Amino acid sequence: MADASTNLKSLLPPVELRRQPVVENNQGLGWLTDKLSAFAEGKIPLWWWFFFLPSAFCATVILPFCLFYQVTTGVGVWGNNHPVMWGLDIVNFIWWVGVAHAGTLISALLFLTRQHWRTTIGRMAEAMTVFSVMMAGLYPAIHVGRAWFDWFMFPVPNSNGLWPQFRSPLMWDVFAVNTYVMVSMLFWFMGMIPDFAVLRDRATTRVRKAIFSALAMGWTGSASQWHHYEKAYVVLCGLCTLLVFTVSSIVGLDFCTAQLAGWHATIFPLYFVIGAVFCGFGMVLVILIPLRKWCGLQDIITMSHIDKVAKLALVSGLIIDYIYAMEFFIAWYSGDPYERWVFGHRLFGHTYGVLGWMLIGLNVVMTQFLWLKKVRSSLLALFIIGVLINIGMWTERFVIVVGSLYQDFLPANWGHYKPTIWDVGIYVGSLGTFAMLYLLFVKFLPMIAISEVKGATPQGNPHHPLGGAKGGRH
Amino acid sequence: MSAIFPKWTNSLPLALGAVVAVVGGVVTAGVALYATPKHTRVGYEPVQPVPFSHKIHAGQMGLDCRYCHNGVEKSWFANLPGASTCMNCHNQVMKDDPLLAVVRDSAATGKPIPWVQVHKVPDYVYFNHSVHVTRGVSCVECHGRVDQMEEVYHAKSFSMSFCLDCHRDPAEHIRPTAQVTHLDWQWSTNEAVAAEMQATNGTKFVHDWKVESLQSCSACHR
Repeated sequence: MADASTNLKSLLPPVELRRQPVVENNQGLGWLTDKLSAFAEGKIPLWWWFFFLPSAFCATVILPFCLFYQVTTGVGVWGNNHPVMWGLDIVNFIWWVGVAHAGTLISALLFLTRQHWRTTIGRMAEAMTVFSVMMAGLYPAIHVGRAWFDWFMFPVPNSNGLWPQFRSPLMWDVFAVNTYVMVSMLFWFMGMIPDFAVLRDRATTRVRKAIFSALAMGWTGSASQWHHYEKAYVVLCGLCTLLVFTVSSIVGLDFCTAQLAGWHATIFPLYFVIGAVFCGFGMVLVILIPLRKWCGLQDIITMSHIDKVAKLALVSGLIIDYIYAMEFFIAWYSGDPYERWVFGHRLFGHTYGVLGWMLIGLNVVMTQFLWLKKVRSSLLALFIIGVLINIGMWTERFVIVVGSLYQDFLPANWGHYKPTIWDVGIYVGSLGTFAMLYLLFVKFLPMIAISEVKGATPQGNPHHPLGGAKGGRH
Repeated sequence: MSAIFPKWTNSLPLALGAVVAVVGGVVTAGVALYATPKHTRVGYEPVQPVPFSHKIHAGQMGLDCRYCHNGVEKSWFANLPGASTCMNCHNQVMKDDPLLAVVRDSAATGKPIPWVQVHKVPDYVYFNHSVHVTRGVSCVECHGRVDQMEEVYHAKSFSMSFCLDCHRDPAEHIRPTAQVTHLDWQWSTNEAVAAEMQATNGTKFVHDWKVESLQSCSACHR
């Protein structure tokens, strides 16, 4: 017997290659339920108010005020003007759509590839997706200038005898973003149903019980419910994964169907998808690292998970580096004087040259630090890199949108773009709204998928000595 | 598990869906029927300072539209006649009728009769009568059977799709230029023959008269 067990042991991979447990310190199922529900049930901590009040101010005062002024006055209050007709409104739209993408990628694509570690951060990433797509959707709606004519964007039969231009990627954008909003909300909500049931069953007050009963929609956790639930979950995952690729490629197509030098490139759809994912992983780092500490989730969102997010950020960052290199190479190789001129001026033009270098510095150089294990295991370093990636990707969108528009083929047509206070106000307002919604989510909803995490632990396996129903509340 | 909600709440989502469907359907139908130009414009018949009857003048007596609206072939605007045009006949016919007092005053003083405009396109729409009339678009296409109206009312919707229906398929709507002001004219009393002749000749007219029937935004929204 002793020999046999040694032989079996020698078949296992060496310690450093073994799969890390999803939850550290061998915590049991009962501990997990308590721990994961604790934040949604406990008292509101001080730090929460510290962030909530300013972001609620942005969401309820600054944003409505700016929107009211902009909608009643017109898009002229922004810096957009000939020839730069797409300014901060479109830059921010792409940025927010980008932020959304990593959430879907983590929760859907990693589910389909059976990456168990996604269970701990999936829900938080999905919430990020939902809220940032909402922020993204705001921009096209007000960018059209006459917001009360937004319904023109949809194919509604009307007495004007007009239909939207179905051949335009801008039209596809309307469908793509709306589908994305709906599917990601549905996915997010459906994923929470079993956890709503947990919170319902643990509720101590009648009001709380009523709210979570309504949200749980009669979930009992029976085998047939799980059966349907998991089927639906896989279907939605498949849809979401496709949407990651369609939504941002269509945003990319908005640009590359135009003939403008700097936009007219076949790499754009891929460019925008990867850029979006890269930016989103940056945002995941920014959100996860502080919340993990303040909500006491170190055993659940482990260093190994953070490390994996950082690695994914590195991978997408490397693809971005390749695309940057290709953009410059093709501009040179095409021999097109306008392309060459535009890309030359991205780095050496006096107007937005600083931003061009900032882009290289943040997105290309800073990302390379993620190769180092030391950096990937330092939370502070990762947080800073996450923030820088987001700034870098915002800069990238600015350089692409404004940097290509302001000096096109005819020098007589050249202009300049400077955002006004209203451009900035709406951006600040949307950041605040995002933060407010996120904080509300963190405090009042199950921010970690309780049932999924439990399923990914060894105790979740019915054959585990303490697993399944045998262990009870361990 | 103690149930917070009674069992009938299970049917709430279904009921809610039904309510949304019904309310949504009613609102949609209401807007489509009562908030579109088909309803809001058609039938508009303001009281005019002189109860001028097109039915008598254009219908019974067969005056050509262009006798009074004489600029219609040359101008974007189908002008209203001055009172002097009325007086060509009415200095002898019904010359002392009190109904025509306003006309006689106008002819004497030169002060226009304050007619109320019935057909009006919005300020952001450019419409040119001459280009339509000289390419065989009959008055009746937009104004209906004015020769049967006691007083003029708005007969067609004048919505944008009303314009586009014709601009997208002009061959169906144009006729020999000599027949433009004959509101009751048709190719044949036999409907099938009329439709066939319209199809053949309409296409020919579109080609021969170089009818462009522009559909670009700036054709009308200049």
